[in-house]
Amino acid sequence: MKNLWYIARRELAAYFTSPIAYVIIAVYLAVIGGLFGFILYYSREATLRYVFLHGVSLLFLVLVTQALTMRLLADEQRQGTLELLLTSPVRDWEVVLGKYLASLMVFATMVLLTGYLGLLLLRIGKPDIGPMLAGYLGYLLLGAALLAIGVFSSSLTQNQIIAAIVGMGITLLLWLSGALVDLVGGAVGQVFAYLPIFDHYIDLVRGVIDTKDIVYYLSVTAVFLFFSVRVVESRRWK
Amino acid sequence: MIQVEQLTKYYGANLALDRVSFQVAEGEILGFLGPNGAGKTTTMRILTGFLPPSDGKVTVAGYDVFQDSLEARRRIGYLPETVPLYREMTVHDYLDFCAAIRGVNQRERAIGRVLEACSLGDVEHTLIAKLSKGYRQRVGLAQALIHDPPVLILDEPTIGLDPRQILSVRQLIKSLGSKHTIILSTHILPEVSQVCQRVLIINRGRIVAEDTPERLTAGLQGGLRVRLQCAQPSADAVNLLRAIPGVTQAVQTEPHTFEVTLDAGTDRRSDLAALAVHRGWGLLELRALTLSLEDIFMQLTTEEGEAQPEAVEAQR
Repeated sequence: MKNLWYIARRELAAYFTSPIAYVIIAVYLAVIGGLFGFILYYSREATLRYVFLHGVSLLFLVLVTQALTMRLLADEQRQGTLELLLTSPVRDWEVVLGKYLASLMVFATMVLLTGYLGLLLLRIGKPDIGPMLAGYLGYLLLGAALLAIGVFSSSLTQNQIIAAIVGMGITLLLWLSGALVDLVGGAVGQVFAYLPIFDHYIDLVRGVIDTKDIVYYLSVTAVFLFFSVRVVESRRWK
Repeated sequence: MIQVEQLTKYYGANLALDRVSFQVAEGEILGFLGPNGAGKTTTMRILTGFLPPSDGKVTVAGYDVFQDSLEARRRIGYLPETVPLYREMTVHDYLDFCAAIRGVNQRERAIGRVLEACSLGDVEHTLIAKLSKGYRQRVGLAQALIHDPPVLILDEPTIGLDPRQILSVRQLIKSLGSKHTIILSTHILPEVSQVCQRVLIINRGRIVAEDTPERLTAGLQGGLRVRLQCAQPSADAVNLLRAIPGVTQAVQTEPHTFEVTLDAGTDRRSDLAALAVHRGWGLLELRALTLSLEDIFMQLTTEEGEAQPEAVEAQR
């Protein structure tokens, strides 16, 4: 368990000693800030809901999470440092979870920094705090799942670009999978109704905290992290 | 300390290691010699638990590297072929991280110890990205030593170093030999004779020779080979030489020079000298030819049909 923290700490340091984290956070804050101003100007409503639901912020979330994670395992494989980790007395899941945890911490920091938008709304209007917090919860959960998808795609290749593209592909396919409900039909079709990655988020942003939605994101996260561990382990069976 | 039994490794249908068995005793330095693609790195990767074997068993310090992988890994320091460095870290932070994941308790002390052992004191706070190849190689070595493991596995530890650094790294490895069990692979043959107590030559996934460097150079050539030079040898000199008991072969290599191969275990050099003197050939030189480790290596690893090096040709 200690190893998990050592791995996460090293990874955090790597984010912040290179410009990666600063650039991602700065660009993210600029885009979300711009979107917020634009929406506020037209809607004149003290709510973050439109910011959370706007296509730009969803698409940008997909890009940002993949940008944060594409390096994690791909670069270790390319640089040969995975050999260092896997020949040290560290369990494979500690490596994967440690790295995931680091990306989650950077992401959470990023999202927390957008908190100033909420505070701004509190000063200029009377926003509904409940839905705002539910929205943040949904946003964090969605991000956590997307990061896990990113870690998984990063485990598959040594190439960061490929990792990012695969991660985005998985996310977008999950998004589209809702279309299969009618196409397939029946009980199997109903499974697809549960899959679309943004649907559960929309409920949360509306202020409806349903266990089902929370469980959805936690399971997507767990499944992809589990797959990542298996991929890392698989080099030990080959 | 290290036991390898019938180790076999397939990459797909490719046989990379074919029933390799060997043992390394505590405190021994074993040299692993072989051409590229012979299976050195594969063997080391299996020993360190990075790759699984297809068949066979490997135990390090009593722990099966596959079953008790974590326990075995705790006792191994490993320098892979490509030195696994995080370029964005300083040497100190990198070693601190390596110490942490190996469960070292007093990390600062361990760092100080390996910095000194690998002469890295002056770059402690330098980014690894800015280091020269020689320094990086030594940081890799420091990483392998950080948890003071009983077993060291070093894949080409002196590659990329300048001659002076090579000497100091060899010195370091030799000094480590008293407390650690070491396997090192190398291309550089003198390195083996200088550092290792035992050599294992591997080719195409198979062990083709295993002995001390001295015995390899002496024993493998079969009998002793002698070069004989005379001022005016008679025309039938070759036949006369062949007639001496114990001589397996005699060839005239130059008008006045002969190469004579003697039976293994015999030394009839005095007979050769006596013959030359008796016949009035005017003996100029009588010299034993020893094969260098390079020759042995070429001899063992060169496939039939390929061009044979001169030394081997002459021996036939």
